[in-house]
Amino acid sequence: MAATVTSTATTGKTWDGGNEPMGASYGKLMMWFFIMSDALTFSGFLAAYGFSRFKFIGTWPIADEVFTHFPFMHGVEAPMYYVALMTFILIFSSVTMVLAVDAGHHLKKTKVAVYMALTIVGGFIFVGSQAWEWKNFIGGEFGAVETKGGAILQFVNKEGERVAVADFAAHLPTSRVDKTRANGIWFEDAPALPEFTVQEVAEGLKANPDVLIRTEHINAKKQKIVLSREESLEAIKGGALYVKGANLEHNEYGHKLFADFFFFITGFHGFHVFSGVIINIIIFLNVIYGTYEKRKSYEMVEKVGLYWHFVDLVWVFVFTFFYLV
Amino acid sequence: MSHDTHGHHESNLKRIWTVFGILSVITIVEVIFGIVKPDALFLNSLFRLNLLNWLFIILTVVKAYYIMWAFMHIEGEKSSLKWSIVAPLVFLIIYLVFILLIEGNYIFDVFHESQYKWIF
Repeated sequence: MAATVTSTATTGKTWDGGNEPMGASYGKLMMWFFIMSDALTFSGFLAAYGFSRFKFIGTWPIADEVFTHFPFMHGVEAPMYYVALMTFILIFSSVTMVLAVDAGHHLKKTKVAVYMALTIVGGFIFVGSQAWEWKNFIGGEFGAVETKGGAILQFVNKEGERVAVADFAAHLPTSRVDKTRANGIWFEDAPALPEFTVQEVAEGLKANPDVLIRTEHINAKKQKIVLSREESLEAIKGGALYVKGANLEHNEYGHKLFADFFFFITGFHGFHVFSGVIINIIIFLNVIYGTYEKRKSYEMVEKVGLYWHFVDLVWVFVFTFFYLV
Repeated sequence: MSHDTHGHHESNLKRIWTVFGILSVITIVEVIFGIVKPDALFLNSLFRLNLLNWLFIILTVVKAYYIMWAFMHIEGEKSSLKWSIVAPLVFLIIYLVFILLIEGNYIFDVFHESQYKWIF
């Protein structure tokens, strides 16, 4: 009986409002639990990526050979530098965000606004960098041949450097042309003709004794296995399709799932960055209008700050598992 | 409002820049190792994962710790809030990754040992 009486008394206090369980305001607590569930979503994606990668560990693409671009340095092999730069940009925008939160604690409106603006700029640069990264990934550089079994055959010279298919493929005369709906009454749609046919690549390979085929398979020294000249000429016979760049069905880098996971996970992260920038802009405008100055509390800045740091946190893991490991 | 355990809203500027320094140094170290790939680490493995990857994963967890503790300021929250966020994440992520990677590895072995070969 005594217990019942006590519980009624405390219930009155608990549900009267103004209560802060775990010492955090409602909004902040909900932001934390949103972040926790979102973190589990990303973990699910990354764990699925890890699963597929372990499943095809003998043929998985090597990230250093895929992401080699750096702005204004065309043709220079620069693995890692660009994503490292992107990581710095995001970490630095996290720093400006935390500086904004810190200035908010001291109710310094101008400082909060300046740091928020810098954070937004950092976010835009990051999203732009990711778009550039996608552009290179989708466009591709060298091209490759996909076999009937779905494996990728890439081309290298005797020194093991990659060779672009366009540099050695033969040009066979063909009567096939790209048709559009304007060409006929009954014609609906057909896939666009590939830049090269497999026959053209095969003829080019025969004519150029310096070109060898590099398979997806990884040897004991963790490098992709390069076939001998004879094996190369044999392997190209299994070719089914010329592939350049990447989409969700084919990619020139290796296993199909590699591109799928890349698009999905970096895309989902990029979407988070983009929405983070939008939310930051809204809060930035509120700071400028003096909403929080009147409220005498910059806690909203703190809440979007939590989200922004979370985006940075996820990138740290994406960086590790897509580019380093 | 956040309940700072140490005084009321003293400026954390020093802490912020220190953490930024730590995060930057870790990233630089990761990139250097990623480019050099020393054979001693790269070609030796522990539990089917090479030592270099173990290093990267440990450094990443260290970075995650600093981002959560310092930037997200979870170190200043009540321990009930802190652990109701961190404990489920740590447990569920380790559990999920553990079972999925074991399974992925098993399927690789099945493909690898099977009569059918993906050689075309």
